[in-house]
Amino acid sequence: MKKYTYTEKIDTRSGFGAGLTELGRTNPNVVALCADLVGSLKMADFIKENPERFFQVGIAEANMMGIAAGLTIGGKIPFTGTFANFSTGRVYDQIRQSIAYSDKNVKICASHAGLTLGEDGATHQILEDIGLMKMLPGMTVINPCDFNQTKAATIAIAEHHGPVYLRFGRPAVPNFTPADQKFEIGKAVKINDGTDVTIIATGHLVWEAILAGEELAKQGISADILDIHTIKPLDEDAILASVAKTGCVVTAEEHNYLGGLGESVARTLAVNNPTPQEFVATQDTFGESGTPAQLMDKYGLNSEAIVKAVTKVLKRK
Amino acid sequence: MPDTQQLNNLTTQVRRDIVRMVHNVNSGHPGGSLGCTEFFVALYNEIMDIKTDFNMDGIGEDLFFLSNGHISPVFYSVLARRGYFPVKELNTFRLIDSRLQGHPTTHEGLPGIRVASGSLGQGMSVAIGAALAKKLNKDNHTIFSLHGDGELQEGQNWEAIMYAAGNKVDNLISTIDLNGQQIDGATKDVLPMGDLKAKFEAFGWDVMEIEKGNDLEAVIAGLKEAKSRTGKGKPVCILLHTIMGHGVDFMMGTHAWHGKAPNDEQLEKALAQNPETLGDY
Repeated sequence: MKKYTYTEKIDTRSGFGAGLTELGRTNPNVVALCADLVGSLKMADFIKENPERFFQVGIAEANMMGIAAGLTIGGKIPFTGTFANFSTGRVYDQIRQSIAYSDKNVKICASHAGLTLGEDGATHQILEDIGLMKMLPGMTVINPCDFNQTKAATIAIAEHHGPVYLRFGRPAVPNFTPADQKFEIGKAVKINDGTDVTIIATGHLVWEAILAGEELAKQGISADILDIHTIKPLDEDAILASVAKTGCVVTAEEHNYLGGLGESVARTLAVNNPTPQEFVATQDTFGESGTPAQLMDKYGLNSEAIVKAVTKVLKRK
Repeated sequence: MPDTQQLNNLTTQVRRDIVRMVHNVNSGHPGGSLGCTEFFVALYNEIMDIKTDFNMDGIGEDLFFLSNGHISPVFYSVLARRGYFPVKELNTFRLIDSRLQGHPTTHEGLPGIRVASGSLGQGMSVAIGAALAKKLNKDNHTIFSLHGDGELQEGQNWEAIMYAAGNKVDNLISTIDLNGQQIDGATKDVLPMGDLKAKFEAFGWDVMEIEKGNDLEAVIAGLKEAKSRTGKGKPVCILLHTIMGHGVDFMMGTHAWHGKAPNDEQLEKALAQNPETLGDY
Protein backbone atom coordinates (compact mmCIF):
# COMPACT_ATOMS: atom_id res chain seq x y z
CA MET A 1 0.00 0.00 0.00
CA LYS A 2 1.36 3.34 -1.04
CA LYS A 3 2.21 5.52 1.97
CA TYR A 4 0.19 8.73 2.42
CA THR A 5 1.10 11.48 4.84
CA TYR A 6 -0.28 14.90 5.56
CA THR A 7 1.06 18.04 7.15
CA GLU A 8 -2.17 19.33 8.61
CA LYS A 9 -5.85 18.75 9.04
CA ILE A 10 -7.87 21.53 7.46
CA ASP A 11 -11.42 21.93 6.16
CA THR A 12 -12.29 21.54 2.49
CA ARG A 13 -14.38 24.73 2.61
CA SER A 14 -11.15 26.63 3.25
CA GLY A 15 -9.82 25.05 0.06
CA PHE A 16 -12.82 26.57 -1.72
CA GLY A 17 -12.13 29.95 -0.13
CA ALA A 18 -8.48 29.81 -1.17
CA GLY A 19 -9.39 28.82 -4.71
CA LEU A 20 -11.96 31.60 -4.98
CA THR A 21 -9.44 34.14 -3.72
CA GLU A 22 -6.99 33.04 -6.39
CA LEU A 23 -9.68 33.26 -9.08
CA GLY A 24 -10.43 36.79 -7.91
CA ARG A 25 -6.86 37.72 -8.74
CA THR A 26 -6.59 35.85 -12.03
CA ASN A 27 -10.02 35.89 -13.69
CA PRO A 28 -11.82 39.25 -13.88
CA ASN A 29 -15.06 37.57 -14.97
CA VAL A 30 -15.42 35.57 -11.78
CA VAL A 31 -18.08 36.98 -9.45
CA ALA A 32 -19.36 35.56 -6.17
CA LEU A 33 -22.73 35.51 -4.43
CA CYS A 34 -23.60 34.45 -0.92
CA ALA A 35 -26.81 33.95 1.05
CA ASP A 36 -25.71 35.22 4.47
CA LEU A 37 -22.97 32.63 5.10
CA VAL A 38 -19.81 34.47 4.12
CA GLY A 39 -17.83 33.27 7.15
CA SER A 40 -18.91 29.66 6.80
CA LEU A 41 -18.00 29.63 3.11
CA LYS A 42 -14.60 31.31 3.69
CA MET A 43 -15.37 34.04 1.15
CA ALA A 44 -13.96 36.95 3.15
CA ASP A 45 -10.67 37.31 1.25
CA PHE A 46 -12.39 37.35 -2.14
CA ILE A 47 -14.82 39.99 -0.88
CA LYS A 48 -12.06 42.14 0.60
CA GLU A 49 -10.10 42.13 -2.63
CA ASN A 50 -13.07 42.36 -5.02
CA PRO A 51 -15.95 44.13 -3.29
CA GLU A 52 -17.52 45.18 -6.60
CA ARG A 53 -17.62 41.55 -7.76
CA PHE A 54 -19.40 40.22 -4.68
CA PHE A 55 -23.17 40.14 -4.19
CA GLN A 56 -24.64 39.55 -0.73
CA VAL A 57 -28.21 38.42 -1.40
CA GLY A 58 -29.32 37.78 2.17
CA ILE A 59 -31.30 34.73 3.22
CA ALA A 60 -32.88 34.30 -0.18
CA GLU A 61 -31.34 31.35 -1.99
CA ALA A 62 -33.91 31.15 -4.78
CA ASN A 63 -33.21 34.74 -5.74
CA MET A 64 -29.47 34.04 -5.54
CA MET A 65 -29.70 31.24 -8.09
CA GLY A 66 -31.71 33.42 -10.46
CA ILE A 67 -29.36 36.37 -10.12
CA ALA A 68 -26.44 34.04 -10.77
CA ALA A 69 -28.11 32.82 -13.96
CA GLY A 70 -28.65 36.42 -15.07
CA LEU A 71 -25.06 37.42 -14.36
CA THR A 72 -23.83 34.87 -16.89
CA ILE A 73 -25.64 36.94 -19.54
CA GLY A 74 -22.90 39.49 -19.98
CA GLY A 75 -20.05 37.02 -19.61
CA LYS A 76 -19.70 36.73 -15.84
CA ILE A 77 -18.82 33.43 -14.13
CA PRO A 78 -20.87 33.38 -10.91
CA PHE A 79 -19.91 31.24 -7.91
CA THR A 80 -22.80 30.88 -5.45
CA GLY A 81 -22.06 30.03 -1.85
CA THR A 82 -24.29 28.55 0.83
CA PHE A 83 -24.72 25.23 2.66
CA ALA A 84 -25.29 22.15 0.50
CA ASN A 85 -28.83 21.80 1.81
CA PHE A 86 -29.76 25.31 0.70
CA SER A 87 -27.74 24.99 -2.52
CA THR A 88 -29.79 22.09 -3.83
CA GLY A 89 -33.06 20.94 -2.31
CA ARG A 90 -34.24 24.41 -1.38
CA VAL A 91 -33.66 25.76 -4.88
CA TYR A 92 -34.05 22.73 -7.08
CA ASP A 93 -36.52 24.25 -9.51
CA GLN A 94 -34.51 27.46 -9.85
CA ILE A 95 -31.40 25.44 -10.68
CA ARG A 96 -33.34 23.17 -12.99
CA GLN A 97 -35.02 25.88 -15.10
CA SER A 98 -32.88 29.02 -14.85
CA ILE A 99 -29.46 27.32 -14.72
CA ALA A 100 -29.37 23.72 -15.99
CA TYR A 101 -32.06 23.82 -18.69
CA SER A 102 -30.93 27.32 -19.66
CA ASP A 103 -27.30 26.10 -19.86
CA LYS A 104 -25.98 28.90 -17.66
CA ASN A 105 -22.35 28.96 -16.61
CA VAL A 106 -23.05 29.00 -12.87
CA LYS A 107 -20.84 27.31 -10.26
CA ILE A 108 -22.97 26.15 -7.32
CA CYS A 109 -20.55 25.88 -4.42
CA ALA A 110 -21.94 23.98 -1.48
CA SER A 111 -20.39 23.70 1.95
CA HIS A 112 -21.36 21.70 5.04
CA ALA A 113 -22.46 18.72 2.97
CA GLY A 114 -23.33 15.47 4.66
CA LEU A 115 -23.21 14.27 8.25
CA THR A 116 -19.93 16.03 9.09
CA LEU A 117 -21.80 19.30 9.41
CA GLY A 118 -22.27 17.87 12.88
CA GLU A 119 -24.17 19.38 15.77
CA ASP A 120 -26.72 21.39 13.77
CA GLY A 121 -28.41 18.10 12.98
CA ALA A 122 -30.49 16.61 10.21
CA THR A 123 -32.23 19.80 9.06
CA HIS A 124 -28.86 20.92 7.70
CA GLN A 125 -27.15 17.58 6.94
CA ILE A 126 -28.13 16.90 3.37
CA LEU A 127 -27.39 13.35 2.19
CA GLU A 128 -29.38 13.60 -1.03
CA ASP A 129 -27.64 16.43 -2.86
CA ILE A 130 -25.41 14.39 -5.16
CA GLY A 131 -28.46 12.54 -6.40
CA LEU A 132 -30.47 15.72 -6.93
CA MET A 133 -27.68 17.37 -8.88
CA LYS A 134 -26.47 14.43 -10.94
CA MET A 135 -29.98 13.88 -12.30
CA LEU A 136 -29.98 17.29 -13.96
CA PRO A 137 -28.94 17.04 -17.62
CA GLY A 138 -25.72 18.93 -18.28
CA MET A 139 -24.78 19.33 -14.62
CA THR A 140 -21.22 18.45 -13.60
CA VAL A 141 -20.98 17.12 -10.03
CA ILE A 142 -17.71 17.30 -8.07
CA ASN A 143 -16.97 16.22 -4.48
CA PRO A 144 -13.25 16.75 -3.71
CA CYS A 145 -11.53 15.03 -0.81
CA ASP A 146 -9.26 17.55 0.92
CA PHE A 147 -8.11 21.16 1.01
CA ASN A 148 -5.69 21.00 -1.89
CA GLN A 149 -8.08 19.11 -4.15
CA THR A 150 -10.95 21.47 -3.32
CA LYS A 151 -8.81 24.49 -4.07
CA ALA A 152 -7.69 22.98 -7.37
CA ALA A 153 -11.26 22.02 -8.25
CA THR A 154 -12.53 25.53 -7.54
CA ILE A 155 -9.97 26.97 -9.93
CA ALA A 156 -10.59 24.29 -12.56
CA ILE A 157 -14.35 24.76 -12.77
CA ALA A 158 -13.95 28.42 -13.74
CA GLU A 159 -12.38 27.19 -16.99
CA HIS A 160 -15.20 24.72 -17.67
CA HIS A 161 -18.22 26.16 -19.50
CA GLY A 162 -21.48 24.96 -18.01
CA PRO A 163 -23.20 24.47 -14.68
CA VAL A 164 -21.21 22.76 -11.94
CA TYR A 165 -22.15 21.52 -8.48
CA LEU A 166 -19.09 21.64 -6.20
CA ARG A 167 -19.61 19.91 -2.85
CA PHE A 168 -17.36 20.27 0.16
CA GLY A 169 -17.52 20.25 3.93
CA ARG A 170 -16.98 21.69 7.34
CA PRO A 171 -14.62 19.46 9.39
CA ALA A 172 -10.84 19.57 9.41
CA VAL A 173 -9.61 16.53 7.49
CA PRO A 174 -6.11 15.35 6.43
CA ASN A 175 -4.72 17.40 3.55
CA PHE A 176 -2.76 14.80 1.60
CA THR A 177 -3.29 15.65 -2.07
CA PRO A 178 -0.12 17.25 -3.50
CA ALA A 179 -0.66 21.01 -3.84
CA ASP A 180 0.57 20.87 -7.46
CA GLN A 181 -1.67 17.98 -8.52
CA LYS A 182 -3.56 18.99 -11.65
CA PHE A 183 -7.33 18.79 -11.25
CA GLU A 184 -8.95 17.18 -14.28
CA ILE A 185 -12.75 17.23 -14.27
CA GLY A 186 -14.04 13.71 -14.91
CA LYS A 187 -10.71 11.97 -14.29
CA ALA A 188 -10.27 9.62 -11.35
CA VAL A 189 -7.14 9.90 -9.22
CA LYS A 190 -5.42 6.57 -8.61
CA ILE A 191 -4.63 6.34 -4.90
CA ASN A 192 -3.21 2.81 -4.87
CA ASP A 193 -2.54 -0.02 -7.30
CA GLY A 194 -3.94 -3.30 -6.09
CA THR A 195 -5.32 -6.60 -7.33
CA ASP A 196 -7.88 -8.05 -4.90
CA VAL A 197 -10.60 -5.45 -4.52
CA THR A 198 -11.47 -2.02 -5.93
CA ILE A 199 -12.34 0.73 -3.47
CA ILE A 200 -13.96 3.78 -5.05
CA ALA A 201 -14.37 6.74 -2.71
CA THR A 202 -15.36 10.37 -2.95
CA GLY A 203 -15.05 13.40 -0.65
CA HIS A 204 -14.21 12.81 3.00
CA LEU A 205 -14.31 9.04 2.46
CA VAL A 206 -11.16 9.05 0.34
CA TRP A 207 -8.93 9.40 3.41
CA GLU A 208 -10.94 6.65 5.09
CA ALA A 209 -10.32 4.48 2.02
CA ILE A 210 -6.58 5.06 2.44
CA LEU A 211 -6.77 4.00 6.09
CA ALA A 212 -8.81 0.97 5.04
CA GLY A 213 -6.21 0.12 2.39
CA GLU A 214 -3.48 0.15 5.04
CA GLU A 215 -5.49 -2.15 7.29
CA LEU A 216 -6.30 -4.49 4.42
CA ALA A 217 -2.62 -4.64 3.47
CA LYS A 218 -1.88 -5.92 6.96
CA GLN A 219 -4.40 -8.69 6.29
CA GLY A 220 -2.69 -9.48 3.00
CA ILE A 221 -5.44 -7.94 0.86
CA SER A 222 -4.32 -5.71 -1.98
CA ALA A 223 -6.76 -2.83 -2.65
CA ASP A 224 -6.96 -0.85 -5.87
CA ILE A 225 -8.16 2.56 -4.67
CA LEU A 226 -9.69 5.32 -6.78
CA ASP A 227 -10.47 8.86 -5.68
CA ILE A 228 -13.52 9.75 -7.79
CA HIS A 229 -13.85 13.47 -7.23
CA THR A 230 -16.12 13.89 -10.25
CA ILE A 231 -19.31 11.90 -9.89
CA LYS A 232 -20.64 13.27 -13.16
CA PRO A 233 -19.26 12.80 -15.71
CA LEU A 234 -18.03 9.56 -14.20
CA ASP A 235 -14.60 8.19 -15.18
CA GLU A 236 -15.99 4.88 -16.41
CA ASP A 237 -12.73 3.84 -18.04
CA ALA A 238 -10.84 4.03 -14.75
CA ILE A 239 -13.57 2.09 -12.94
CA LEU A 240 -13.80 -0.65 -15.57
CA ALA A 241 -10.03 -1.00 -15.81
CA SER A 242 -9.76 -1.43 -12.06
CA VAL A 243 -12.64 -3.88 -11.79
CA ALA A 244 -11.22 -5.94 -14.66
CA LYS A 245 -8.24 -6.59 -12.37
CA THR A 246 -10.04 -7.10 -9.08
CA GLY A 247 -13.50 -8.49 -9.86
CA CYS A 248 -15.23 -6.77 -6.95
CA VAL A 249 -15.86 -3.24 -5.71
CA VAL A 250 -16.70 -1.21 -2.62
CA THR A 251 -17.96 2.35 -3.03
CA ALA A 252 -17.72 4.86 -0.18
CA GLU A 253 -19.39 8.23 0.18
CA GLU A 254 -20.94 10.60 2.71
CA HIS A 255 -24.35 10.38 1.06
CA ASN A 256 -27.42 8.21 0.88
CA TYR A 257 -26.81 4.98 -1.05
CA LEU A 258 -29.80 6.04 -3.14
CA GLY A 259 -28.68 8.55 -5.73
CA GLY A 260 -25.02 8.69 -4.83
CA LEU A 261 -21.67 7.68 -6.30
CA GLY A 262 -22.36 4.01 -5.57
CA GLU A 263 -25.42 3.98 -7.79
CA SER A 264 -23.54 5.62 -10.63
CA VAL A 265 -20.78 3.01 -10.33
CA ALA A 266 -23.35 0.21 -10.15
CA ARG A 267 -24.97 1.39 -13.37
CA THR A 268 -21.62 1.52 -15.15
CA LEU A 269 -20.83 -2.01 -14.01
CA ALA A 270 -24.30 -3.37 -14.78
CA VAL A 271 -24.06 -2.14 -18.35
CA ASN A 272 -20.44 -3.07 -19.00
CA ASN A 273 -19.25 -5.73 -16.57
CA PRO A 274 -21.64 -6.90 -13.84
CA THR A 275 -19.58 -7.09 -10.66
CA PRO A 276 -20.27 -7.72 -6.95
CA GLN A 277 -20.47 -4.37 -5.16
CA GLU A 278 -20.95 -3.21 -1.58
CA PHE A 279 -22.03 0.29 -0.62
CA VAL A 280 -20.54 2.31 2.23
CA ALA A 281 -23.13 5.09 2.49
CA THR A 282 -26.02 6.12 4.66
CA GLN A 283 -28.90 3.69 4.50
CA ASP A 284 -31.82 5.86 3.38
CA THR A 285 -31.94 7.75 6.65
CA PHE A 286 -31.68 11.28 7.99
CA GLY A 287 -28.78 12.26 10.24
CA GLU A 288 -28.84 13.74 13.75
CA SER A 289 -26.84 15.99 16.07
CA GLY A 290 -23.39 14.87 17.22
CA THR A 291 -19.74 15.47 16.52
CA PRO A 292 -18.60 14.63 13.00
CA ALA A 293 -16.55 11.68 14.23
CA GLN A 294 -19.43 10.29 16.29
CA LEU A 295 -21.79 10.58 13.35
CA MET A 296 -19.43 8.97 10.86
CA ASP A 297 -18.97 6.08 13.31
CA LYS A 298 -22.65 5.69 14.06
CA TYR A 299 -23.71 5.78 10.40
CA GLY A 300 -20.89 3.51 9.24
CA LEU A 301 -18.90 5.95 7.12
CA ASN A 302 -15.31 5.23 8.12
CA SER A 303 -12.35 2.98 7.42
CA GLU A 304 -13.71 0.16 9.60
CA ALA A 305 -16.93 0.14 7.60
CA ILE A 306 -14.92 0.02 4.37
CA VAL A 307 -12.81 -2.92 5.62
CA LYS A 308 -15.99 -4.74 6.64
CA ALA A 309 -17.54 -4.12 3.22
CA VAL A 310 -14.38 -5.40 1.53
CA THR A 311 -14.48 -8.60 3.58
CA LYS A 312 -18.09 -9.08 2.54
CA VAL A 313 -17.61 -8.36 -1.15
CA LEU A 314 -14.54 -10.61 -1.42
CA LYS A 315 -16.76 -13.55 -0.45
CA ARG A 316 -19.11 -12.71 -3.34
CA LYS A 317 -16.42 -12.86 -6.02
CA MET B 1 -38.87 53.89 -36.40
CA PRO B 2 -42.07 52.48 -37.90
CA ASP B 3 -45.07 54.82 -38.09
CA THR B 4 -48.28 54.35 -36.12
CA GLN B 5 -50.10 52.64 -38.98
CA GLN B 6 -47.30 50.13 -39.41
CA LEU B 7 -47.32 49.36 -35.70
CA ASN B 8 -51.09 48.98 -35.68
CA ASN B 9 -50.82 46.59 -38.62
CA LEU B 10 -48.13 44.65 -36.78
CA THR B 11 -50.28 44.45 -33.64
CA THR B 12 -53.21 43.03 -35.60
CA GLN B 13 -50.97 40.56 -37.42
CA VAL B 14 -49.41 39.38 -34.14
CA ARG B 15 -52.91 38.70 -32.79
CA ARG B 16 -53.64 36.61 -35.89
CA ASP B 17 -50.40 34.73 -35.34
CA ILE B 18 -51.29 34.01 -31.70
CA VAL B 19 -54.70 32.51 -32.36
CA ARG B 20 -53.49 30.59 -35.42
CA MET B 21 -50.53 29.14 -33.49
CA VAL B 22 -52.59 27.87 -30.56
CA HIS B 23 -55.37 26.64 -32.85
CA ASN B 24 -52.90 24.66 -34.94
CA VAL B 25 -51.76 22.54 -32.00
CA ASN B 26 -54.95 22.81 -29.96
CA SER B 27 -52.93 24.00 -26.97
CA GLY B 28 -51.13 27.04 -25.63
CA HIS B 29 -52.06 30.27 -23.88
CA PRO B 30 -53.91 32.84 -26.00
CA GLY B 31 -55.45 34.99 -23.22
CA GLY B 32 -52.34 36.58 -21.72
CA SER B 33 -50.65 36.65 -25.13
CA LEU B 34 -53.45 38.74 -26.67
CA GLY B 35 -53.52 41.02 -23.62
CA CYS B 36 -49.81 41.77 -23.87
CA THR B 37 -49.62 42.25 -27.63
CA GLU B 38 -49.33 46.05 -27.52
CA PHE B 39 -46.62 45.79 -24.85
CA PHE B 40 -44.47 43.42 -26.93
CA VAL B 41 -44.97 45.35 -30.17
CA ALA B 42 -44.03 48.62 -28.48
CA LEU B 43 -41.07 47.16 -26.62
CA TYR B 44 -39.41 45.48 -29.59
CA ASN B 45 -40.23 48.08 -32.22
CA GLU B 46 -40.16 51.42 -30.42
CA ILE B 47 -38.50 51.17 -27.04
CA MET B 48 -35.59 48.77 -26.85
CA ASP B 49 -32.19 49.45 -28.37
CA ILE B 50 -31.52 45.98 -29.78
CA LYS B 51 -29.37 44.02 -32.19
CA THR B 52 -31.24 41.38 -34.12
CA ASP B 53 -28.04 39.43 -34.88
CA PHE B 54 -28.55 37.57 -31.66
CA ASN B 55 -25.75 37.15 -29.14
CA MET B 56 -26.46 35.58 -25.74
CA ASP B 57 -24.34 38.07 -23.79
CA GLY B 58 -26.24 41.03 -25.27
CA ILE B 59 -23.45 43.52 -24.68
CA GLY B 60 -24.35 47.04 -25.84
CA GLU B 61 -28.09 46.49 -26.14
CA ASP B 62 -31.26 46.50 -24.05
CA LEU B 63 -32.44 43.06 -22.97
CA PHE B 64 -35.86 41.60 -22.23
CA PHE B 65 -36.80 38.68 -19.99
CA LEU B 66 -40.22 37.03 -20.06
CA SER B 67 -40.96 35.55 -16.66
CA ASN B 68 -44.49 34.34 -17.38
CA GLY B 69 -43.25 32.05 -20.13
CA HIS B 70 -46.67 30.62 -20.97
CA ILE B 71 -47.44 33.67 -23.09
CA SER B 72 -44.83 32.40 -25.53
CA PRO B 73 -47.09 32.84 -28.61
CA VAL B 74 -46.91 36.65 -28.46
CA PHE B 75 -43.17 36.53 -27.68
CA TYR B 76 -42.43 34.23 -30.62
CA SER B 77 -44.58 36.20 -33.06
CA VAL B 78 -43.01 39.54 -32.13
CA LEU B 79 -39.46 38.14 -32.20
CA ALA B 80 -40.00 36.56 -35.60
CA ARG B 81 -41.58 39.67 -37.09
CA ARG B 82 -38.74 41.78 -35.67
CA GLY B 83 -36.27 39.60 -37.57
CA TYR B 84 -34.83 37.27 -34.95
CA PHE B 85 -35.87 34.14 -36.86
CA PRO B 86 -37.98 33.28 -39.93
CA VAL B 87 -41.68 34.11 -39.59
CA LYS B 88 -42.59 30.80 -41.25
CA GLU B 89 -41.06 29.00 -38.26
CA LEU B 90 -44.11 30.09 -36.24
CA ASN B 91 -45.89 27.12 -37.82
CA THR B 92 -43.72 24.77 -35.75
CA PHE B 93 -44.99 26.09 -32.39
CA ARG B 94 -45.29 23.23 -29.87
CA LEU B 95 -44.57 20.58 -32.51
CA ILE B 96 -41.94 17.88 -32.19
CA ASP B 97 -38.38 18.95 -33.11
CA SER B 98 -39.29 22.64 -32.94
CA ARG B 99 -37.24 25.51 -31.53
CA LEU B 100 -40.57 27.04 -30.47
CA GLN B 101 -41.21 25.00 -27.35
CA GLY B 102 -44.44 25.35 -25.38
CA HIS B 103 -42.55 27.60 -23.00
CA PRO B 104 -39.52 29.60 -24.17
CA THR B 105 -36.11 28.03 -23.78
CA THR B 106 -32.51 28.62 -24.73
CA HIS B 107 -32.11 24.88 -25.05
CA GLU B 108 -33.04 24.68 -28.73
CA GLY B 109 -31.04 27.77 -29.66
CA LEU B 110 -33.92 30.03 -30.66
CA PRO B 111 -32.54 33.55 -31.22
CA GLY B 112 -34.02 36.14 -28.87
CA ILE B 113 -34.44 33.86 -25.86
CA ARG B 114 -31.92 34.29 -23.04
CA VAL B 115 -33.36 32.09 -20.30
CA ALA B 116 -35.97 29.38 -19.99
CA SER B 117 -39.21 30.37 -18.28
CA GLY B 118 -42.45 28.64 -17.52
CA SER B 119 -42.05 27.55 -13.95
CA LEU B 120 -43.23 30.86 -12.54
CA GLY B 121 -41.58 33.44 -10.34
CA GLN B 122 -37.99 33.17 -11.55
CA GLY B 123 -37.65 35.85 -14.20
CA MET B 124 -37.13 38.90 -12.02
CA SER B 125 -34.12 37.34 -10.31
CA VAL B 126 -32.58 36.55 -13.68
CA ALA B 127 -33.31 40.08 -14.91
CA ILE B 128 -31.60 41.50 -11.82
CA GLY B 129 -28.53 39.36 -12.52
CA ALA B 130 -28.40 40.62 -16.09
CA ALA B 131 -28.80 44.19 -14.82
CA LEU B 132 -25.89 43.70 -12.40
CA ALA B 133 -23.76 42.32 -15.24
CA LYS B 134 -24.57 45.47 -17.27
CA LYS B 135 -23.34 47.60 -14.39
CA LEU B 136 -20.14 45.55 -14.01
CA ASN B 137 -19.55 45.85 -17.76
CA LYS B 138 -20.27 49.60 -17.64
CA ASP B 139 -22.88 48.94 -20.31
CA ASN B 140 -25.41 51.75 -20.08
CA HIS B 141 -28.43 49.79 -21.30
CA THR B 142 -31.70 48.79 -19.72
CA ILE B 143 -33.10 45.43 -18.66
CA PHE B 144 -36.84 44.89 -19.16
CA SER B 145 -38.88 42.07 -17.68
CA LEU B 146 -42.53 41.04 -17.80
CA HIS B 147 -44.45 39.17 -15.11
CA GLY B 148 -48.03 38.03 -14.73
CA ASP B 149 -49.98 39.48 -11.84
CA GLY B 150 -50.93 36.03 -10.59
CA GLU B 151 -47.26 35.13 -10.85
CA LEU B 152 -46.53 37.52 -7.98
CA GLN B 153 -48.01 34.87 -5.70
CA GLU B 154 -44.67 33.05 -6.05
CA GLY B 155 -42.46 34.03 -3.10
CA GLN B 156 -39.23 34.30 -5.06
CA ASN B 157 -40.56 37.51 -6.63
CA TRP B 158 -40.56 39.22 -3.27
CA GLU B 159 -36.99 38.17 -2.59
CA ALA B 160 -36.11 39.76 -5.91
CA ILE B 161 -38.23 42.87 -5.33
CA MET B 162 -36.49 43.37 -1.97
CA TYR B 163 -33.04 42.82 -3.46
CA ALA B 164 -33.49 45.14 -6.43
CA ALA B 165 -34.58 48.08 -4.31
CA GLY B 166 -32.10 47.41 -1.51
CA ASN B 167 -29.23 47.33 -4.00
CA LYS B 168 -30.40 50.19 -6.21
CA VAL B 169 -30.72 48.12 -9.36
CA ASP B 170 -31.91 51.17 -11.27
CA ASN B 171 -31.30 49.87 -14.80
CA LEU B 172 -34.26 47.50 -14.46
CA ILE B 173 -37.86 48.05 -15.59
CA SER B 174 -40.16 45.25 -14.45
CA THR B 175 -43.67 45.29 -15.87
CA ILE B 176 -46.59 43.52 -14.23
CA ASP B 177 -49.37 42.43 -16.57
CA LEU B 178 -52.29 43.47 -14.44
CA ASN B 179 -55.16 41.58 -16.09
CA GLY B 180 -56.65 40.31 -12.85
CA GLN B 181 -56.97 36.75 -14.10
CA GLN B 182 -55.23 33.45 -13.46
CA ILE B 183 -55.99 29.82 -14.32
CA ASP B 184 -58.50 29.14 -11.58
CA GLY B 185 -60.29 32.47 -11.81
CA ALA B 186 -59.89 36.13 -10.90
CA THR B 187 -56.75 36.87 -8.89
CA LYS B 188 -58.92 38.55 -6.26
CA ASP B 189 -60.72 35.24 -5.74
CA VAL B 190 -57.80 32.84 -6.03
CA LEU B 191 -55.41 34.72 -3.74
CA PRO B 192 -56.03 38.43 -3.19
CA MET B 193 -52.77 40.33 -3.51
CA GLY B 194 -53.92 43.62 -2.12
CA ASP B 195 -52.56 46.93 -3.29
CA LEU B 196 -49.65 46.05 -5.56
CA LYS B 197 -48.70 49.68 -6.13
CA ALA B 198 -48.40 50.26 -2.40
CA LYS B 199 -46.48 47.02 -1.99
CA PHE B 200 -43.89 47.83 -4.65
CA GLU B 201 -43.54 51.34 -3.26
CA ALA B 202 -43.14 50.01 0.26
CA PHE B 203 -40.29 47.83 -1.00
CA GLY B 204 -38.65 50.95 -2.45
CA TRP B 205 -39.48 50.82 -6.17
CA ASP B 206 -40.44 53.70 -8.41
CA VAL B 207 -43.92 52.61 -9.52
CA MET B 208 -45.94 53.93 -12.44
CA GLU B 209 -49.13 52.75 -14.05
CA ILE B 210 -50.17 52.40 -17.66
CA GLU B 211 -53.94 52.52 -17.39
CA LYS B 212 -54.59 51.70 -21.04
CA GLY B 213 -52.37 48.69 -21.56
CA ASN B 214 -54.10 47.78 -24.81
CA ASP B 215 -53.72 51.23 -26.35
CA LEU B 216 -50.51 51.17 -28.35
CA GLU B 217 -49.79 54.89 -28.04
CA ALA B 218 -50.40 54.83 -24.29
CA VAL B 219 -48.08 51.84 -23.91
CA ILE B 220 -45.33 53.51 -25.95
CA ALA B 221 -45.64 56.71 -23.95
CA GLY B 222 -45.62 54.78 -20.69
CA LEU B 223 -42.55 52.75 -21.59
CA LYS B 224 -40.72 55.90 -22.67
CA GLU B 225 -41.61 57.49 -19.36
CA ALA B 226 -40.35 54.40 -17.52
CA LYS B 227 -37.05 54.52 -19.39
CA SER B 228 -36.61 58.15 -18.40
CA ARG B 229 -36.94 57.13 -14.76
CA THR B 230 -34.04 54.65 -14.87
CA GLY B 231 -30.64 55.53 -13.46
CA LYS B 232 -32.11 57.38 -10.49
CA GLY B 233 -31.35 54.92 -7.72
CA LYS B 234 -34.54 52.87 -7.86
CA PRO B 235 -35.77 49.96 -9.97
CA VAL B 236 -38.85 50.91 -11.97
CA CYS B 237 -42.13 48.98 -11.86
CA ILE B 238 -44.88 49.41 -14.42
CA LEU B 239 -48.36 48.23 -13.52
CA LEU B 240 -49.74 47.54 -16.97
CA HIS B 241 -53.52 47.35 -16.95
CA THR B 242 -54.55 44.97 -19.72
CA ILE B 243 -57.54 42.89 -20.65
CA MET B 244 -56.85 39.19 -20.98
CA GLY B 245 -57.81 38.07 -24.47
CA HIS B 246 -57.90 41.62 -25.85
CA GLY B 247 -58.74 41.86 -29.54
CA VAL B 248 -60.94 38.77 -29.71
CA ASP B 249 -64.31 39.68 -28.23
CA PHE B 250 -65.33 36.28 -26.92
CA MET B 251 -61.95 35.77 -25.20
CA MET B 252 -61.85 39.13 -23.46
CA GLY B 253 -61.79 39.64 -19.71
CA THR B 254 -62.17 36.05 -18.63
CA HIS B 255 -59.76 33.44 -17.32
CA ALA B 256 -61.52 30.86 -19.50
CA TRP B 257 -59.06 31.52 -22.35
CA HIS B 258 -55.94 31.56 -20.21
CA GLY B 259 -54.78 28.23 -21.57
CA LYS B 260 -57.34 27.06 -24.10
CA ALA B 261 -57.20 26.97 -27.88
CA PRO B 262 -60.07 28.04 -30.15
CA ASN B 263 -61.83 25.46 -32.30
CA ASP B 264 -62.19 25.93 -36.09
CA GLU B 265 -65.29 28.06 -35.83
CA GLN B 266 -63.90 30.19 -33.04
CA LEU B 267 -60.68 30.66 -35.00
CA GLU B 268 -62.63 32.06 -37.96
CA LYS B 269 -64.42 34.51 -35.69
CA ALA B 270 -61.15 35.58 -34.08
CA LEU B 271 -59.45 36.07 -37.45
CA ALA B 272 -62.40 38.03 -38.81
CA GLN B 273 -61.87 40.49 -35.97
CA ASN B 274 -58.17 40.76 -36.84
CA PRO B 275 -57.84 40.96 -40.63
CA GLU B 276 -54.55 39.98 -42.24
CA THR B 277 -52.18 42.94 -42.56
CA LEU B 278 -48.59 41.82 -43.03
CA GLY B 279 -49.19 38.33 -44.37
CA ASP B 280 -49.83 35.16 -42.39
CA TYR B 281 -46.93 32.83 -41.67
